[in-house]
Amino acid sequence: MSAPANIDAPTRDGVGDSPQRPDGIGKVTGEFAYASDLWHDDMLWGATLRSPHPYARIRSIDISAALAHPGVYAVLTHEDVPGAKYYGLDHVDQPVLAIDTVRYQGEPVALVAAEHPEIARRALAKIEVSYDVLEPLTDPRKAAFDATAPALHEHGNIVRHQPVRFGKISEGQRAAEVVVRGEYQVGMQDQAFLGPEAGLAVPTEDGGIELYVATQWMHVDLRQIAPCLALPEDKVRMTLSGVGGAFGAREDLSMQVHAAMLALHTGKPIKIVYNREESFFGHVHRHPALMRYEHGAWRDGTLVYAKAEIILDGGAYTSSTMNVVANAASLGVGPYSVPHIEIDTYGVYTNNPPCGAMRGFGAVQACYGYESQMDRLAAELDMHPLEVRRINAISQGSVLANGQVVDTPAPLAEMLDRLAATPQPEPADQTDIRNLPGGAANTTHGEGVRRGIGYGVGLKNICFSEGADDYSTARVRLAAVGGEPTALVHTAAAEVGQGLVTLQGQIVRTELGIERVVIAPADTQIGDAGSTSASRQSYMTGGAVKVACEAVREMIFERAADQFGVPADELSLAGGKIVAQCAGVLAALADFLGTEPIEAVREFHHRPTQRMDPVTGQGDSHTQLALCVHRAVVDVDVELGLLKVVELAAVQDVGKVLHRNSLEGQIHGGTAQGLGLAVLEEIQVVDGLIRNPSFTDYLIPTILDMPPMRLDILENPDPHAPYGLRGAGEPPTLSSTPAIAAAIRDATGLPLTRVPIGPEDIIHSVK
Amino acid sequence: MRLTIQINGEQHQVDDVWAGESLLYVLRERLGLPGSKNACEQGECGSCTVYLDGTAVCACLVAAGQAQDREVVTVEGLAPGAGELHPVQEAFLAAGAVQCGFCTPGLVVAAHNLVRRNPEPSDAQIREELAGNLCRCTGYEKIMDAVRMAAANTQEAGA
Repeated sequence: MSAPANIDAPTRDGVGDSPQRPDGIGKVTGEFAYASDLWHDDMLWGATLRSPHPYARIRSIDISAALAHPGVYAVLTHEDVPGAKYYGLDHVDQPVLAIDTVRYQGEPVALVAAEHPEIARRALAKIEVSYDVLEPLTDPRKAAFDATAPALHEHGNIVRHQPVRFGKISEGQRAAEVVVRGEYQVGMQDQAFLGPEAGLAVPTEDGGIELYVATQWMHVDLRQIAPCLALPEDKVRMTLSGVGGAFGAREDLSMQVHAAMLALHTGKPIKIVYNREESFFGHVHRHPALMRYEHGAWRDGTLVYAKAEIILDGGAYTSSTMNVVANAASLGVGPYSVPHIEIDTYGVYTNNPPCGAMRGFGAVQACYGYESQMDRLAAELDMHPLEVRRINAISQGSVLANGQVVDTPAPLAEMLDRLAATPQPEPADQTDIRNLPGGAANTTHGEGVRRGIGYGVGLKNICFSEGADDYSTARVRLAAVGGEPTALVHTAAAEVGQGLVTLQGQIVRTELGIERVVIAPADTQIGDAGSTSASRQSYMTGGAVKVACEAVREMIFERAADQFGVPADELSLAGGKIVAQCAGVLAALADFLGTEPIEAVREFHHRPTQRMDPVTGQGDSHTQLALCVHRAVVDVDVELGLLKVVELAAVQDVGKVLHRNSLEGQIHGGTAQGLGLAVLEEIQVVDGLIRNPSFTDYLIPTILDMPPMRLDILENPDPHAPYGLRGAGEPPTLSSTPAIAAAIRDATGLPLTRVPIGPEDIIHSVK
Repeated sequence: MRLTIQINGEQHQVDDVWAGESLLYVLRERLGLPGSKNACEQGECGSCTVYLDGTAVCACLVAAGQAQDREVVTVEGLAPGAGELHPVQEAFLAAGAVQCGFCTPGLVVAAHNLVRRNPEPSDAQIREELAGNLCRCTGYEKIMDAVRMAAANTQEAGA
């Protein structure tokens, strides 16, 4: 990576400052257009008929009554899919519309276009689908190991089995002086972004389609959509519309092909917006996990071996289960040095809702398992939970479970020391019941309330792993506009709320020494940016914008060197001017550019990675790793099972702070989602049926649930990454969950092996 | 049916409204005011918070017909003038309380409603008041900062 040539001459609102979001004014005034706000003259509303059964054969579909309903323009089934009938993120196995089988409740079966959303809904009710209902396969362990279970796909029910064999487990088992075992479960979490799945498909005169959608990765959408529509990719033009949060749930397609089909069929623009209930059926969720762990150690706390079996329920279709399995496997023992490791991670098909990407992606589940084990080991050895972690903490030069050497800073021991030194919150002021579990419900005045403290440590891979050709593309065009040097930045990267649009401007200001930057709408008229996931966009699209700026700068210097007779390596850009080391200001950039803009398009790739070996799991599968640690302080009313998280403290190493305000927002928000998984959030699935598809019954943290936070942000640069940054969005989602669970265990003395932990888990376990 | 409402100080007449439509639907789909958001449409998330005759309500829970002849103020109507922001909006921006922004319009109205009634809210009061507004991005810390800042700025402006 080239040195950050221009970072020594800081420009206002450049890298390291916290400028306001360029989309911020629109967002506080209500003018910012989200996908669900789109509107077009003459548009129709699309709606989707979904399977009520988790597993059934379709005998027949009768659309005649629906089609005859006044105000209905089209009713489509699988027979109307113009091209490929299946799509998929990594593996093409998901029908655009169900053909002869439905494999999960909510699977799309038919589409309607109508002039009013209510007419569309009524027409859906008139579609008659005759099903032969089958017994759903809902037990992931049975799906993995029971040969008599029905095969839900041709190749069986195992999506991926990834073993990890490191060292020699039998030696570790011989050497261990203490052994702790545990079985842990993680429930199905929903991303619960607030902006529902939505988009607008507009047919074009050339027989193509324009799609305005809220998504995380337009190019991967495009590669799936075009074949289903039987259109070449250049006839499907995608533009990102406002995205109301993502967190992984928009990585798979939802309404894209459906809206385009209806638009091509009717010749009219089609808008589809899911309501909240449909959203719960319309996207993948976080994989529930069943985990068995065994750790062996010496009496002094040193780990000698770890064994784990992790079963991840992928539900009905593949989605990103392959990669989720790889994360859980390669990060299965966390950021600890363990000489002998045996892990078997399975991703399976069931008739439960499909699961795929969600913030933390496989690493979240494993983290809850290994951290619960570290607490168990500490208890067994009568050690402080931080001490047993400190003894085994990785550092630069350590080897991970996949055999990969940690070759950049990994100051876990220091982070744990800093967490230990963080001041404790005061005891709750019990004169104000709002400070107590149950709050204004007035359930206690302090009696039965016990305080617990717990810790969590998480290790997350950043960017795509396992040999993926991971890159992003950026165009930077510098022109004089109204006498001011102005840069236009164009990428296909999805801004989903994280602040990438702000960061792009900061990078341009720093690299080109100018103030005015315009971020063009993200669309597919430029090369792939990859997904807004894996905490990768600051690294990848940030990296692409940086190298594009460097190219523009070099072109300026070449021209200036000629023009002014000064060596190019003595030039720099600052304050909108070209400056020479000896001669001072040579020219104002705007004058220099005149009417000839300078433009560069560049791709940025990260260091290559390797696939995990299918038998041993060995291989340098990750390009960057990031650490976060949490301390949770929780007050628990042990009589009622109600609790209040009093405070969360986090220490995270981010390599380099690019925008402190946004960074803190990522750590706060990631922590909050971890809190949700610890104590509130679970999609309750019974016999393959979702029982709580609403915000009334699926609870995400409110401002009353989320406590004040203390952040301690470290900057140990990664020399391979732009500016030394480390991806930051996901790590806090890993470590907050086990920290909160540990604090509840500390307060109650209960084992509490499953998250989320509800009041019933506490009161039913109390003797 | 025909609906007559005053919205952000302007009189509107809307024809062909279905009896089942909510005030939120009328604002968003019939009047071109999509600032009020449709995150849950069952009164749980607060994203569609508007004033109805001066009371903050979820527009998704108000049947369009109930708004007949009443005054509605939406997030689009809070700024004092074109190109200007209300201090609450300024504070949300400055504090970094906006990420994806889908909850923001509802939170801005709810915070506006708090600060105008209670110019010096305690943290506990802020949390209680905003407990009906879900945010999935921020973990609420910067929203707390924004409301504290908005209260302080409003105080200053008034003093």
